[in-house]
Amino acid sequence: MITETTIEGTAVVIDDEEPQPPTPVSTEKTGLFIRPPIQTDQPAWFQERQFRAWETFESIPLPHRKDQAWRFTTLGKLDISKYTPAETLAIVEAEALVARSEGNPQVAGTMIFANDKVVHRQLLNAELEAKGVVFAPLEHDLSAHADIMQRYFMANPATLGSRKFAELHQAHIRSGCFIYVPKNVKVDLPLEVFHWISGDGAAIFPHTLLIAEEGSSVTLVDYLESADRRQPGFTCGVSDLHVGRGAKVTYLAAQNWGEEVASIKINTTAVERDGHVTSLHLNLGGRYSRLESLNRLDGPGARSDMLSATVATGTQEFDQRTLQDHLAPHTFSDLLYKNSLSDKSKTIFSGLIRVAPPAQFTDAYQKVRNLMLSDDAEADSMPGLEILADEVRCTHGATSGHVDDAELFYLESRGIPRLKAQQLITQGFLTEILERLGNEHVTHKLATLLADKFARM
Amino acid sequence: MSAPKANIDIDRSIGDFHYKMDYEFDAGTGLTEKTIDYIVDVKGEPDWVREFRKQALRVFHKKPMPTHWASPDLNNIVFENIRYYLSSGTTPKRNWEDVPEEMKKTFERLGIPEQERRFLAGVEAQFDSEAAYSNIKKAVGDQGVIFVGPLEGLRDHPEIFKKWFGKVIPTSDNKFSALNSAVFSGGSFIYVPPGVKVKHPLQAYFRINAENFGQFERTLIIADEGAEVMYMEGCTAPKFETATLHSAVVELVALKGAKIQYITVQNWSNNVFNLVTKRGLAMEDAEIKWIDCNIGSRLTMKYPGVVMKGRGARGEVISIALAGEGQHQDTGAKMVHMADDTTSNVVSKSISVGTGRATYRGLVHVPKHLKGCKNNTECDALLINPNSRTDTYPAITVRGEKNSLQHEASVSQVSAEQIFYMQSRGLSKGQAMSLSVNGFVNDLVRQFPMEYSVELKRLIDLQMEGSVG
Repeated sequence: MITETTIEGTAVVIDDEEPQPPTPVSTEKTGLFIRPPIQTDQPAWFQERQFRAWETFESIPLPHRKDQAWRFTTLGKLDISKYTPAETLAIVEAEALVARSEGNPQVAGTMIFANDKVVHRQLLNAELEAKGVVFAPLEHDLSAHADIMQRYFMANPATLGSRKFAELHQAHIRSGCFIYVPKNVKVDLPLEVFHWISGDGAAIFPHTLLIAEEGSSVTLVDYLESADRRQPGFTCGVSDLHVGRGAKVTYLAAQNWGEEVASIKINTTAVERDGHVTSLHLNLGGRYSRLESLNRLDGPGARSDMLSATVATGTQEFDQRTLQDHLAPHTFSDLLYKNSLSDKSKTIFSGLIRVAPPAQFTDAYQKVRNLMLSDDAEADSMPGLEILADEVRCTHGATSGHVDDAELFYLESRGIPRLKAQQLITQGFLTEILERLGNEHVTHKLATLLADKFARM
Repeated sequence: MSAPKANIDIDRSIGDFHYKMDYEFDAGTGLTEKTIDYIVDVKGEPDWVREFRKQALRVFHKKPMPTHWASPDLNNIVFENIRYYLSSGTTPKRNWEDVPEEMKKTFERLGIPEQERRFLAGVEAQFDSEAAYSNIKKAVGDQGVIFVGPLEGLRDHPEIFKKWFGKVIPTSDNKFSALNSAVFSGGSFIYVPPGVKVKHPLQAYFRINAENFGQFERTLIIADEGAEVMYMEGCTAPKFETATLHSAVVELVALKGAKIQYITVQNWSNNVFNLVTKRGLAMEDAEIKWIDCNIGSRLTMKYPGVVMKGRGARGEVISIALAGEGQHQDTGAKMVHMADDTTSNVVSKSISVGTGRATYRGLVHVPKHLKGCKNNTECDALLINPNSRTDTYPAITVRGEKNSLQHEASVSQVSAEQIFYMQSRGLSKGQAMSLSVNGFVNDLVRQFPMEYSVELKRLIDLQMEGSVG
């Protein structure tokens, strides 16, 4: 009599989870579970780091659906045994990708990677080089700037759930982009980096390391693209930004992987005293895309603005985990993430504002807004606060809503078909994120990518 | 065990006393199948209950401690040291004079009979495992309202009881609901017939008297179509050096058009682990409202929920938490929308004093193909001292485009300007602080019945007294 349930489906348990297929557990070593070869042409410390990273990778269990850091994630979409490190492309193919790498018209420098190999570099102007600005493939500088590299390379542990993937990244990394801006040097035009993935089942490991010294300023734009939008693949990227005293860094990432790509990106930003960083993530592509973004405010007066716009369509899943970590007094952070959800797509937002005991007089804001465009879409929001200081102002908000009927009606009354009207409103909703950056030159290309995605819908 | 600090002794004082009791029935310490057999035999329960309890015990043993998300303090509960059943007989007295002397003294000190005379429609007073006293006003009883313990409920009204018992909160819901299902004793069973509106509140008073004792009451309230009822519970325990466990399960069922209001003022002493599962099921156009106020305990984990199963159902949680020195109030709300046009509202206010930690944990779930569902969640936290802590961890799942949800939370400090202004008008800093905190929760406190809101304000004043200086 106990088993007869008169009210089906009301069992709501405290640690409830969506029923999910079991986590793929691969005992035999296939795909990315095979140890990568040692890169003997690299310095010893680097080889040692890669060796240890692999050991750690193997010792950490795969994410489990009970892990809080992976709550709501469809782990079945993340089976890394299916991928192998990408092969080097033939020159013709690489050149074709270079030709397709279209960024903003005016830039200070461009670097193009195809399958983790530099295929094109447009150097900085002589003046910036003379001032000591470095914009080079990572592997060149492992020896050239060994001291800086050893200090900053993968110096921030991945704490938002993807530690295993950070180790995988470190064990596999072959190249990446290294940017160093010396004290008080201002790079006015943006630097642009393209990462292309090509090949069926290929895996790449894009890396960005940016160090902006005291009083400097720089803007970096990452474009993440697939050579063939239908090819399955896996990308596991890390980008580390170090914002020195009073430095100003703007970082944009346009994620436009093909529709069959699974991706993980671990982003860490550390801001020193009076430093100011603005990051903007435009998320368009991929089948499963996870973005972990940790912003650490280390010194008084540090400020971080975190922006994101996501267009989720089809069966896409976007998994965003953020941490605004206030460690010093008088720090400021402001997060605004906007998602539009169509078809059977799903977005997950888990964000935490953490205010450590010394971080008095913190101002921290966090807002996630989901625009639901379909009955089959799902938006999970977990906005969190952990406040251990008392002189603080913190707010967070999460809203999920739909397109305003009155707005739709107005546009329809002007002869715009309903579907088009909905698209326009949605595009407007997301464009606000680009506008927040306040620099049309830099966001011009992003706006085009956004419009392209809507055109594909 | 956190050492009790001077400034939090004050508010516990009303409950901090205990009389030595000789218990007729004592299941001893530790939890095995034998403990369950003992409880079932003492109570004379039917075999299906015995099986139900044993099944629950297996679930309890199988489930891990939820420390992967909850406070690691849970690991300090030593289940082997707890006494699971203590009573002096299983039948509550209907007449105040018949209640054993020590218990009577206890409840008189807590003001129970006086409150009954003044404004309550019915009272139940639970002393450790069993209700010592249970009475309902004749006029209310004549309307067909049932207000008894679960033992009498399943014995005298099996047709209603079995239909809903364990259905809103299944045994396997979580580790502590399983524990409760294994060893439950005491609590209330209330049935309000169709159309009956109980004018005055029904009240239950829970008292832990013995050291190392675990109280596991089980409450089931059913409001039939169009019925209305308000239920209030209060709780206290003396302060012992060792940890005590209180783990209740409360199930509410509001049938079509019914209204249930459930009010809790939790003021356990700060050696009590208060781990409670509370959930209501609201059918068509029904309304369930939890008013939950947590002031006491060492660690409280409680997330009252409403499952809105019928069209137009409404759920509400009003929560006030005051986390004093060494306390952790981990509270929140769960709103599960399962029908169109259902609305839910969560308003939570917490205050952290000293090393106190207040946590809001929420869940809002809107499945697909529903339309017109609305949720509003507001969480405000106030931090008093530099070492106070507050956390907010909501989880919101929305599917579909025809629903709207919003969540907002803010954390702030008592405004220095306000304090300065009040001090300039001659108030002491402590008084100004109290006034400010009372203002912060005032709009919620007003929703409480008069007697409770007065009491609450007094408790806040007392808590604040030692916190500034």
